[in-house]
Amino acid sequence: MFELSPAEWTAIQLSLRVATVATLVATPLGIAAAWLLARRDFWGKPVVDAAIHLPLVLPPVVTGYLLLLTFGRRGLVGTWLADHLGIVFAFRWTGAALACGIMSFPLLVRPIRLSIEAVDLRLEQAAATLGAAPWRVFLTVTLPLALPGVLAGMVLGFAKAIGEFGATITFVSNIPGETQTISSAIYSLIQTPDGDAAALRLVAVSIVIAMSAMIASEWFARRATKRLHGN
Amino acid sequence: MLRVDISKQLGEFSIEATFTSEGRVTGLFGASGAGKTSLVNMIAGLLRPDRGVIALDGETLDDAAAGVHVPPHRRRIGYVFQDARLFPHLNVRQNLDYGRRMNRLVDDPAQRKRVTDLLDVGNLLDRRPGQLSGGERQRVALGRALLSKPRLLLLDEPLGSLDEGRKVEILPYFVRLRDEANVPMVYVSHDAAEMRQLATQIVMLRNGRVTALGGVKVLTAG
Repeated sequence: MFELSPAEWTAIQLSLRVATVATLVATPLGIAAAWLLARRDFWGKPVVDAAIHLPLVLPPVVTGYLLLLTFGRRGLVGTWLADHLGIVFAFRWTGAALACGIMSFPLLVRPIRLSIEAVDLRLEQAAATLGAAPWRVFLTVTLPLALPGVLAGMVLGFAKAIGEFGATITFVSNIPGETQTISSAIYSLIQTPDGDAAALRLVAVSIVIAMSAMIASEWFARRATKRLHGN
Repeated sequence: MLRVDISKQLGEFSIEATFTSEGRVTGLFGASGAGKTSLVNMIAGLLRPDRGVIALDGETLDDAAAGVHVPPHRRRIGYVFQDARLFPHLNVRQNLDYGRRMNRLVDDPAQRKRVTDLLDVGNLLDRRPGQLSGGERQRVALGRALLSKPRLLLLDEPLGSLDEGRKVEILPYFVRLRDEANVPMVYVSHDAAEMRQLATQIVMLRNGRVTALGGVKVLTAG
């Protein structure tokens, strides 16, 4: 029987919440970063580029530990946020979202950057001669034309966020109901005797989520491409 | 009145041009590679001159010595490119309306109808640029520029990408535009026949230098 226990449901819901929040918060920042990298030349650009890609190449446990040092209760930023804004990341689901957002950021930015680079500069020039200020050129021409890349980046980032494990568990631990996502629940289950069946159920769920995300992104991309090429 | 007195270095190539024009249609005439497009891009503000002044109706748009460079979106200069450059994600109606929205002009249905009729694009309004022929695209691009109510209209080889048959089909629209719309134009072309039909004043350009100025007669002299 394929029946999920309340604890498994909790982990699934938490994973979906963490990944959704991480993706939605990271997307505007990702678009801004992608635009800067695609369209602007500034001093230190290679450093910014490398910093964005760092989570991709660093061991996730290192990223998680750095997050703990920075955003933990005694971390520099963590203390300030807790004292002034009442925001706590350490051992909360919000911390899991932060870890997932940072880990998925390079995957989110890359397709957006490529699609912004692919937008014809000559169309942006035409918009400027028609009276559009640079930010309106971006909103009315560049962004709509880069939309397929934005959606692809969001889906890729979401899929990465759903599956993130190392940085999350290092930063916010593995607390059922608060920070235990599908991945960390599977990790716990396979270390428990008789946990195999439950682990397999969660494995099946994560496959379904990943597949749906990929199919959704394909569908969005096809629709967007059709919209752009004039039919 | 348009006053241009600029120089610009572009790699190995340099442009030095001085002229003023009061005509309704200033023909910028010269072979390809003479620097016509670069010059027009400077008037539009897309390219910044190294030295000199560009002024339109007494307003300084560029003054390199004084550090003045009005960005293209504040110039109110319409530009019809050789390659139309319609926005592929918008239909014809939205393309035509783009300049009005960006300049925050009040909707002017009478003007819209005048331009739509003048260019015969009324039956294309719901189409996307991808579904238009080359000539139709150029007519929409012209309408789009006109509806942004420019102070000056730049036309950079607007017939250049069309075959002979299409040219004959589009040229009358430009003649109508010259005679009916009240916008001064700079018309760029390497085709002397087009110039004779349209221009009221000629600026002849060769290798980045102005070689002749005057009425259409200079076309035969040169």
